[in-house]
Amino acid sequence: MSDDNEPTIAQDPWHSLKQFTPARIALGRAGMSLPTRACLDFQLAHALARDAVNIPLDFAGLEQRLNVQGYQTLTLQTQAENQSVYLQRPDLGRLLSASAMACLQHSAPIPVDAVVVVADGLSSTAIEYHAEPFLSLLLPELQQKGYRLPPLCLVKHGRVAIGDAIAEHYAASLCIVLIGERPGLSSPDSMGIYFTYQARSGISTDADRNCISNIHNNGLSYQQALKKLLFLLNEAEKLQFSGVNLKDETTDAEPNDRLKQANFLLD
Amino acid sequence: MYKTHIADQAYDFKTLRNLMAKATPARSGDYLAGVGAVNNLERVAAQWVLADVPLKQFLNEALVPYEQDEVTRLIIDEHDSAAFAAISHLTVGDFRNWLLSEQATTAALTAIAPGVTPEMAAAVSKIMRIQDLIWVAKKCRVITRFRNTIGLENRLSTRLQPNHPTDNPAGVAASLLDGLLYGCGDAVIGINPASDNLEATSRLLHMLHDVIERYQIPTQSCVLAHVTTTLKAIEQGAPVDLVFQSIAGTQKANDSFGINLDLLNEARLAALELGRGTLGDNCMYFETGQGSALSANAHQGLDQQTCEARAYAVARKFKPLLVNTVVGFIGPEYLYDGKQIIRAGLEDHFCGKLLGLPMGCDVCYTNHAEADQDDMDMLLTQLAVAGGTFIMGVPGADDVMLNYQSTSFHDALYLRQLLDLRPAPEFEQWLQQHGIFNAENQLLQRPDVPALFKSSLQNLSE
Repeated sequence: MSDDNEPTIAQDPWHSLKQFTPARIALGRAGMSLPTRACLDFQLAHALARDAVNIPLDFAGLEQRLNVQGYQTLTLQTQAENQSVYLQRPDLGRLLSASAMACLQHSAPIPVDAVVVVADGLSSTAIEYHAEPFLSLLLPELQQKGYRLPPLCLVKHGRVAIGDAIAEHYAASLCIVLIGERPGLSSPDSMGIYFTYQARSGISTDADRNCISNIHNNGLSYQQALKKLLFLLNEAEKLQFSGVNLKDETTDAEPNDRLKQANFLLD
Repeated sequence: MYKTHIADQAYDFKTLRNLMAKATPARSGDYLAGVGAVNNLERVAAQWVLADVPLKQFLNEALVPYEQDEVTRLIIDEHDSAAFAAISHLTVGDFRNWLLSEQATTAALTAIAPGVTPEMAAAVSKIMRIQDLIWVAKKCRVITRFRNTIGLENRLSTRLQPNHPTDNPAGVAASLLDGLLYGCGDAVIGINPASDNLEATSRLLHMLHDVIERYQIPTQSCVLAHVTTTLKAIEQGAPVDLVFQSIAGTQKANDSFGINLDLLNEARLAALELGRGTLGDNCMYFETGQGSALSANAHQGLDQQTCEARAYAVARKFKPLLVNTVVGFIGPEYLYDGKQIIRAGLEDHFCGKLLGLPMGCDVCYTNHAEADQDDMDMLLTQLAVAGGTFIMGVPGADDVMLNYQSTSFHDALYLRQLLDLRPAPEFEQWLQQHGIFNAENQLLQRPDVPALFKSSLQNLSE
């Protein structure tokens, strides 16, 4: 199937504009409708995004990979007992199940500074691809800073605020949650990091958090994300708060000149 | 008061608010809020009871207390009892019959609109089937004007939505040109800025103004920043055509959006002062969507569809050019699947039209909803049959900034040829003049871009 030579397809003679945007422009048309290739391209992207939401994360595999690196883990479940409930009841994804609470109680009551939580969220592929490589950069940094850490908490069917309950249990002042973000058609595997200072269940709100979003192969790199997170950790410890009043002052490595680029429609 | 005995079960709905919530067709947001019917029988029992409620009762029993909520005060204080007189003797069930009857002509529907409250519209929609929602909405006609004429019979307009992940001007321009060459953009060329700050908003406003001027496009622009940002932009002399704001149906939800009626009024007056509309002064663009009040924890015990209809009272006060229900954007915790999204979109369109609003719909979904392109095709087609005022035009239906799926330029063309729906007449003329459409409302097939844009593209390398 080569749309280029297909006589029933009207090509759009403005392909050159594709250099300016990732949007699906200059698709051409079959009659007034999408050509077959563009139509199937879309279906492919949607399938990847849907699978990212619906295919369960392989928690055992992730746990094993982290254990091999020498990190202790706890796998916890929220009160959202299945995917359908999880999607319809965000409130239950913020509460730990009874067995998860019991599991935490058994975990040694050592004084800690920071908790690191990994939740599947809305994209299992984001966590599958990006959690372990990012953690292998982050955890040595945290240890080097002298932070005392409990086992990594891996949370099934978790929302961002599940970190609050875990931080509260350990009386940790720093809460770091890695979570699969709502998948876009062009970024099904995007991971987000939410950082909250003095996170407390039912008390902390979105306004108390800092978010580092869009971590995937075509988005923010692990190194960029790490730099931002370490900046936020340092600042929060100085200021004793996180959230909307804690501004990320790190600069993005991306050159600014694309922003200032001329506009061909007006030149 | 709201009691019935049905299928060996006694039902006693304590308040009109409770009755409305129980009578609503099933949707996840009402379960999340804990207000929905517990089973099918309870829902139908509530619908039977609701059908017997006199329309007048909605003027006596406020669903959110008058003293606590400025949206309730707006609905009650500005109710047009003269317009209401023609239907004031009806119950909700009678009202459905009347709406479907030959008596409810376009003129009759236009005449009663100021006498219909959002709660009356919501109530009757709860006992209407999809075909009822389509047929009655189709009979309503709402025409608005800024630089062109929106809402004429057998017309369908499109919002061209050329979003870009970083607001890159060339990136925005690329999608914008793609859309224009597909005949899109008569409702508005409206950009969601990647960041809601004054500088970015002003830059985009100037750019859209310059493009519309340079190419003499009979349309209007909008940058969908917060109303306070737009107000500041106006103060700084930015060329604002339409003022945008997301609105909701309770004061508390509007508080959470950082708005109130006074602020919207101030913004409208500031835009009117600029006098940029050539054909009319409908200078507001509102977006709404079922579930937005609950997501702000401000639903006040209402079901999400009733909340949504109340937002239209806010919209109606400010004589908007366009009102857009962004129906599937909010996610499956409010509208779980295609079935819920489709019905919600048609309810919103019906309620908006009945209240006299220029109602369009962002036919859309997110990737964690149980929905796909087939569902969107169904809503898209049904909305167009119902006379929907406008839809979105997003390249390939994939919004690369907001990460959701909307409708494409191709989708609009599909509706144009299926139902012979033409764009706004002024815009249609522009499309024909520049060889984009032919006189039969079809895209012209041509080997090269139209002369108007040729020089802009000439210097670009592949």
